[in-house]
Amino acid sequence: MTYAKPAFRHPDARTNEVGCTRRDYEGGLSTLCAGCGHDSISAAIIDACFELSIEPHRVAKLSGIGCSSKTPAYFLSGSHSFNSVHGRMPSVATGANLANRDLIYIGVSGDGDTASIGMGQFAHVMRRNLNMTYIVENNGCYGLTKGQDSATMDTESVSKKGDINPYMPIDLVRLGIEVGATFVGRSFSGDKAQLVPLIKAAVSHRGFALLDVISPCVTFNNHQGSTKSYASFREHNEAMPVDFIPRREAITTSYDAGVVHEVCMHDGSVLRLQKVNEEYDIEDAQSALDAIAYHAKEERILTGLLYIKRDSDELHDVLQTATKPLNTMNQRELCPGSRFLDSINAGLR
Amino acid sequence: MQPKEAINDFVIKFANVNGTGSASANGMFAKAIFRMGIPVSPRNIFPSNIQGLPTWYEVRISQDGYLGRRGGIDMMVSVNPQSFAKDVGEVEPGGYMLYDSTKPLDLRHVRRDIHYLGIPLTEMCLREYTDSRQRQLFKNVIYVGALSALLNIDFAILKDLVSEQFKGKEKLITPNIHALEMGHQYASTHFECPLGIHLKAGEKTPKHIQEFDQILMDGNTATALGAVYAGATVAAWYPITPSTSVVDAFEKYCRRLRIDPGTGKKNYAIVQAEDELSAMGMVIGANWNGARAFTATSGPGVSLMSEFLGLAYFAEVPTVLVDVQRAGPSTGMPTRTQQSDILAAAYASHGDTKHVLFFPATPAECFSMTVEAFDLAERLQTPIIIMSDLDLGMNEWMSPPLEFDDSYRYDRGKVLSGEDLEAMTERFGRYLDVDGDGIPYRTYPGAHPTKGAYFTRGSSRDEYAAYTEDGDVYVRNMDRLLKKFETAKSLVPEAKIKPAAEPTKDALLFFGTTASPAYEALETLEKEGIHLDTLRLRSFPFTQEVEDFIEEHDRIFVIEQNRDGQMRRLLLNETNVEANAKLISVVEYDGLPVTARKIASVIRGAMGINNVTPLVPKEKELAS
Repeated sequence: MTYAKPAFRHPDARTNEVGCTRRDYEGGLSTLCAGCGHDSISAAIIDACFELSIEPHRVAKLSGIGCSSKTPAYFLSGSHSFNSVHGRMPSVATGANLANRDLIYIGVSGDGDTASIGMGQFAHVMRRNLNMTYIVENNGCYGLTKGQDSATMDTESVSKKGDINPYMPIDLVRLGIEVGATFVGRSFSGDKAQLVPLIKAAVSHRGFALLDVISPCVTFNNHQGSTKSYASFREHNEAMPVDFIPRREAITTSYDAGVVHEVCMHDGSVLRLQKVNEEYDIEDAQSALDAIAYHAKEERILTGLLYIKRDSDELHDVLQTATKPLNTMNQRELCPGSRFLDSINAGLR
Repeated sequence: MQPKEAINDFVIKFANVNGTGSASANGMFAKAIFRMGIPVSPRNIFPSNIQGLPTWYEVRISQDGYLGRRGGIDMMVSVNPQSFAKDVGEVEPGGYMLYDSTKPLDLRHVRRDIHYLGIPLTEMCLREYTDSRQRQLFKNVIYVGALSALLNIDFAILKDLVSEQFKGKEKLITPNIHALEMGHQYASTHFECPLGIHLKAGEKTPKHIQEFDQILMDGNTATALGAVYAGATVAAWYPITPSTSVVDAFEKYCRRLRIDPGTGKKNYAIVQAEDELSAMGMVIGANWNGARAFTATSGPGVSLMSEFLGLAYFAEVPTVLVDVQRAGPSTGMPTRTQQSDILAAAYASHGDTKHVLFFPATPAECFSMTVEAFDLAERLQTPIIIMSDLDLGMNEWMSPPLEFDDSYRYDRGKVLSGEDLEAMTERFGRYLDVDGDGIPYRTYPGAHPTKGAYFTRGSSRDEYAAYTEDGDVYVRNMDRLLKKFETAKSLVPEAKIKPAAEPTKDALLFFGTTASPAYEALETLEKEGIHLDTLRLRSFPFTQEVEDFIEEHDRIFVIEQNRDGQMRRLLLNETNVEANAKLISVVEYDGLPVTARKIASVIRGAMGINNVTPLVPKEKELAS
């Protein structure tokens, strides 16, 4: 880790639509190991929020416990943040979102926090299609307790001590598609060109957006034999490029016709994707599951936007909650007063 | 043996089969007595089962207005052959046994000292009805009709109750009234009515009952109404007996009261979570974000929520938890009552934690304390646990009407708004003790574009919410939390102290549902010349008056419904008085509400008045 942050900033630093510079989206100094994939993801979140011109105070950051869950301290210091307990960030995010539907909720978790201790809450928050972005910084191991295998570690991946993992891995993106996440992407901390637009799209998505980001652990899981090392992932990554084109901007990027897919987001932004083949329909859950499985069989890891359901009911739609955030309602709106109590009493005599 | 004689002072117990529709008929029986103006307290003693197992309904009628269990049964209404042998044994000498005489009575179960009243319930139903479900349901209505003759229940009131119950399903009214009449007719022609024990309307009730136009309601419904009145907008929960009806009732009232008339949208959100951990997480998340949120659970849920309770304590997030206690440990007896989560709740979670507890004793207190809990949770920025129990939560209690003062305003605690932050010149410190009471200021997410954001965490932090492993800073924070807990003492509901008629150094101390039988035992003992002062605890932390009370007495009987005398232990732990020898544990933990007779007999025994075996476990006997 570094322990001094340069104070110098370019005097002509670019400002975005809300008058903020990229610096306004930064956080405290990272205390993670030098070269940790998580820091690249924090940087990608900073870029995405800056480029989306989000007002930092309109964001609530949430996390669980672990290396990844420390990272909300390293971006968006102008936002409120809640570093909760291990594996329980989804429930805290759910409650927070119920209280104020107008904020943008970004959750950061790890593979231990999500796929082991938090598996129950993770599955259920997706079922409920909570309107939030959930980023899993997935390195296949428990960094803070010195490198034990996690539940996303691939079978036969070799640990730093030389042990071969005998267990089946949990594939978070497949689980997400199965249980009701309405935006499912996978990316790589080392592929900023793909990750930043994916985060932008996830934040713009209305409903639950899952991003499973492979983020190598330089200290405990970056050796030969590990399937989650930088080298191994680069070798097996089957990346589908993504472009996020905000509302009102002209579309300039060009891709080969046929494999290009455009998705119009809820807020009018456009997501432009290059697919691995023409048949893959990313708006069809089964097609997405088939594509992921096919590539896995070929020892390729498919990354990019894997599945999206554009028009879905998020939790507030299901619950039919008022448009006005519940935390802004006052006593006059909420308290029935003594007259109603008289009628209650009358009914109990 | 002479048949028992008593007017408006007896206990009647119904022995039924679960799932046969007896609950609504029995409820009607109790409500009719209530409407006659006679003090009544019904209790469900039910199994963890949907259909088939024995279930009981015990109704106490007490002209003196005693609402706790007395002990002993004067009349058994037995419609369950499974439990017949046990039920017969419970009837007091001179008492009555009403039974289904379709089959001849098993001679093994005939006692010479009680009086049998046979009504051929099954036969009457077979004759009258063709549908099997009707044959089962109307059996219950027939015995209620018979009881109206045997006990002198106002038949017109029963008819009114039937009409109210089947409002909207009018075609059911006539057959139900017919069944009542069949029972009434049978009893009138076959027995001398009324029996020695019977009801009489218009008798004088004690002042505390007379004063109010009483209502009959359960504690869980009152708690739910408290949450509605307190402005709770988020409820997250996981189903568990006996707390389930709290959120059920909350939803029922929200549907009536919280739908926006313009849009039809809901000014509330209720989520059935995947487990209690998640329920508590949602409540903490919502409160953190400025909505009033709560959950309701029972013992196993409290165990699961403990980690989160520690977070809410340490990160200082307001939280309201309703614990409707049942018999533990583990699954224990899920449908039986206890007060056995006291220590688990007071110290829930690892590390040094302490939580504020409320102990309601009546439905009216469930209501008012729940309203208060939301204020105090936000004022103190900490969890408040409302310690109800199955007996209070799920049974109907006669209670003064619920009251709400329209001039009262919510206390949302120390929250800095966007304007406050804008006007601030000094740096905002989330955990700074600005006012010296241990309570810092908080902000809601999104309050101000550039000021007031902070990092909420369960890890050690400094006054400005920055992570720290500096031992001094950690200690400073832990000590401030303790100071906040001291501040709580001036804000929690005070204890109720009632001096005896004559000066005494002996006292009774109790809380929650133990209060009713304790006050009754006290009056009984008073008549025998035994005088005790009383203190009813209503909250933890213990206030100064509790310490003073212990100081002023030589012998204090602490009555509670758990094995280990948990409240006694909490008192020893959390007061500054030397009380080990003074506090004498009186415990009852068989899962049924403690009776007045038992309390009285233990006190007599301890006083050496008569030779009664105390209920006190040996090691906790009189330490003097």
